[in-house]
Amino acid sequence: MAAQHLLEVDNIEVVYNRTIQVLRGLSLVVPKGRIVALLGSNGAGKSTLLKAVSNLLGIEDGAVTSGAIRFEGEDIAALPPHALVRRGLFHVMEGRRIFEDLTVEENLTAATFALSGRGLPTPSFDRVYAYFPRLYERRKGLAGYLSGGEQQMLAIGRALVAEPSLILLDEPSLGLAPKMVEEIFTIIARINADEGVSMLLVEQNATVALAVAHEGYIMETGKLVIEGPVDKLIRDQDVREFYLGLGGAGDAKSYRDVKHYKRRKRWLS
Amino acid sequence: MDWLFLTEVFLAGLGAGALYAVTGVAFVLIYKATRVVNLAIGEILMLGGYAFFGAAAGWHLPAWIALPVAVLSGALVGAVVERGLIRPMLGESPISVFMVTIGLGSILAGFVQVVWGADPLRLPEFMPSAPIFLGEAYLAPKVAYGFLAAMLVLAACVSALRFSRGGVALKATAADQGAAYSVGIDVPRVFSLSWIVACAVAAGAGVLVGAIGGISPTMGVFGLSVLVVVIVGGLDSMVGALVGGLLIGVVEAFAGTFLGGEYKFLVTFSIMILVLMLRPYGLFGTHEIERL
Repeated sequence: MAAQHLLEVDNIEVVYNRTIQVLRGLSLVVPKGRIVALLGSNGAGKSTLLKAVSNLLGIEDGAVTSGAIRFEGEDIAALPPHALVRRGLFHVMEGRRIFEDLTVEENLTAATFALSGRGLPTPSFDRVYAYFPRLYERRKGLAGYLSGGEQQMLAIGRALVAEPSLILLDEPSLGLAPKMVEEIFTIIARINADEGVSMLLVEQNATVALAVAHEGYIMETGKLVIEGPVDKLIRDQDVREFYLGLGGAGDAKSYRDVKHYKRRKRWLS
Repeated sequence: MDWLFLTEVFLAGLGAGALYAVTGVAFVLIYKATRVVNLAIGEILMLGGYAFFGAAAGWHLPAWIALPVAVLSGALVGAVVERGLIRPMLGESPISVFMVTIGLGSILAGFVQVVWGADPLRLPEFMPSAPIFLGEAYLAPKVAYGFLAAMLVLAACVSALRFSRGGVALKATAADQGAAYSVGIDVPRVFSLSWIVACAVAAGAGVLVGAIGGISPTMGVFGLSVLVVVIVGGLDSMVGALVGGLLIGVVEAFAGTFLGGEYKFLVTFSIMILVLMLRPYGLFGTHEIERL
């Protein structure tokens, strides 16, 4: 099984500040060329999982205390974050994290450091601008003055410059208008289809995430609770009710009935 | 008032200010990349002066070799200090790191005193000594050449920051370390390089300062004026260091001429307090961009 999975997370535990355990025995795989969605509520540990994979946990005083993470079949524990990026694992962090006082173009230039030592030709940003024409219009402007949606485009654009084989996307829909969410996810799906880049997509907005993903995992308080191909997930009664907001008959559920939530959440115990 | 005299004071102030500016740029470079307030910058500058003295007077090397020796020894000190003292302090409180740099300054001052003694020394002459006149105003040749050299280094630093890929890496690291890592920038390397380049620049400035005023183990006091310069200009702004440096240089020259040397610090530190009250980020320091 090792070879065909681009990313394997094998039974990891993550602890912050040597005291707070966030992930407990979590395993998942991302196959080549697929989009895998990881859903879950606030504080479930989704972002922590992504940071564990990209090795950015260290700068937040977190550590993987057991288990292993393998990228392209190789254990990544000893690799510093920038070295991982240079192997093709790119993390688009939560909240976009663009460099606000740099121009759009300089933000893309910053991402060219991901190509160091890979013997790739000097990148042109045409491909990024083809996916995101709006970034081209604003390429000389400061990134801090972009709208939220454009900043997310820039964050994904930086990933494209880095020629990754796997992109970790942390809540690309965060704080965006529904129309913009739709636009961004359409492009995410296109990038996956055109470039064959695998993606591990963390989302709270389950509807859009499951619309583009091939496989899904659902996570609660540090553990996975449901997993499977997307078409199986969206037929699951609990996923429909708790994550997609649909009642049994397929119509939107009223908040008046939310009390049922506790009773129905049988997988927790 | 004699305009010629005023012009000469002004030019001398600009000359001194250029050296403040270039040392300020070294300070800013380190602060920008690593958020370390490096109080040892004056002592690293002093070390550059002594390294030049050691090479030119001690080993009798010609100036065009002694100057690179001084600059390289600055770079070496920068590399060693960053690796040995600053990197282990990563994540500690800024005050601790600040204290480490104060300690480093004392160690360097003590070191040159042990090796070269406590008495002031003069650097061997290496600049042309033909007097320079701008119009009718006389300008000491050392000050003029120092000014030119400092401006060249400054221009190189500012344009490297603005136009080079390395400048992007530095600015990205300064803005958001985590995000810099996430786009593939080797952040520890940015730290090292900024210390190396900054200390090399400071050491080079030390040669110029030493050529004008001589060298002594108390030369690190120069760093105090540089601190005023960068606080006035903005801790993270190279352009601020340039403007602040020239401004403080000129103000010191006038204060020294008309009020007496003992008032220099009084005047410049008063300016610093004023700037801090009106613009806490300095004249050119970055505020956060407010999203509109």
